[in-house]
Amino acid sequence: MTHLEARGVVKAYGRTPALGGVTLDVAEGEIVAVTGPSGCGKSTLLHCLAGILRPDAGEVTWRGARIDTWSEAARSRLRRTEFGVLFQFGQLVAELTAAENVALPLLLAGTGRREARTAALTWLDRLGVAEVADVRPGEMSGGQQQRCATARALITEPRVLFADEPTGALDTLAGEQVLTQLVRLAREQRTTVVLVTHEPRIAAYADREVMLRDGLVDHTGLGLDTPLAGGHR
Amino acid sequence: MSTQHVLLGLLAGGARHGYELKRAHDARLPRARPLAFGQVYATLARLQRDGLVVPAGQERDGGPDRTAYALTDEGRAALEHWLSTVEPPVPYVASTLFAKVVVALLAADVDRARAYLTAQRRAHTARLRELTAVKTAPSATLDDVVAADFAIAHLDADLRWLHTTLDRVADWHREVHS
Repeated sequence: MTHLEARGVVKAYGRTPALGGVTLDVAEGEIVAVTGPSGCGKSTLLHCLAGILRPDAGEVTWRGARIDTWSEAARSRLRRTEFGVLFQFGQLVAELTAAENVALPLLLAGTGRREARTAALTWLDRLGVAEVADVRPGEMSGGQQQRCATARALITEPRVLFADEPTGALDTLAGEQVLTQLVRLAREQRTTVVLVTHEPRIAAYADREVMLRDGLVDHTGLGLDTPLAGGHR
Repeated sequence: MSTQHVLLGLLAGGARHGYELKRAHDARLPRARPLAFGQVYATLARLQRDGLVVPAGQERDGGPDRTAYALTDEGRAALEHWLSTVEPPVPYVASTLFAKVVVALLAADVDRARAYLTAQRRAHTARLRELTAVKTAPSATLDDVVAADFAIAHLDADLRWLHTTLDRVADWHREVHS
């Protein structure tokens, strides 16, 4: 069943076109990699799907409801409750410890302080970084920071996780550890994942790969936008 | 890959017979082609002829004779030498992949070359996914992971080249035919 859908999405920055009419269906629980060279529009597509950007034309629907016409406040609420977002870097609040950072979405949603901390510790443990619970981001490695950011993105148990180059700033092993845990937890929770990456080896963790080129889905004989036999769900 | 040296390495921990060597080889190098028994015994015979291994007793437990082999001092030295020799960082310019694209450009046109590159990219991507599934499976051992990593890194390098070349192929064709 289609869960999240882009239909003919067009977006430009001033006079520079970014998306030229992208159509994409994502099923519930599916992990989809959006790939393509720099400037192909993959991050813009993710931002449109997540309700961060509003398309100039076309539609974005989430469980049958058209969300691109919603107010900023309504889309923002959606991102706090149903969606999680994970970026390449600079996401943790420097003044807060790992546990405080991870607890933040729950505190914003009105969960009590003690309960939020307990949940944060559980999520840090699931991501294998329980030891940095009371450490501030400045004293953590890049991999530890990204695992904390992943814990923070997943703590609300979002229905969709949007990850934009989540391993882009990490070395191969650290990136792999982040991604392996992210994919494992997403599958356990049946969280849908939209993963933007320019790296083939990262895209290989997804069920399906959609390649963009010059703001359009590249269908030219790639056939990668259908699940391959090697998909591992 | 040098089967001789791999067998010498597997004997470094103590004498083993052919069947054990085959098992150890296949377990330690899970992505390599499994060793045939014939190859194990032929290699052991060659190593014995060259004085690198010697028979070290027989084991007979109701089945066929099982001759165990042990490293000689020369065998240990040969292994040490192999392990201390750096492999030349071969640029993969002679690979079939590269040759096919060059030939496609010379003998056909940009579309032919592009079709080949695209098909190859699909095959590489499918393999990359299979290997990623192998290494992320809950049952994967560290042997599996390290072996898959090696293949993945090489496929990844090929894929990057395929992507870049797809973007360059039109310019390249012009240059080849100018």
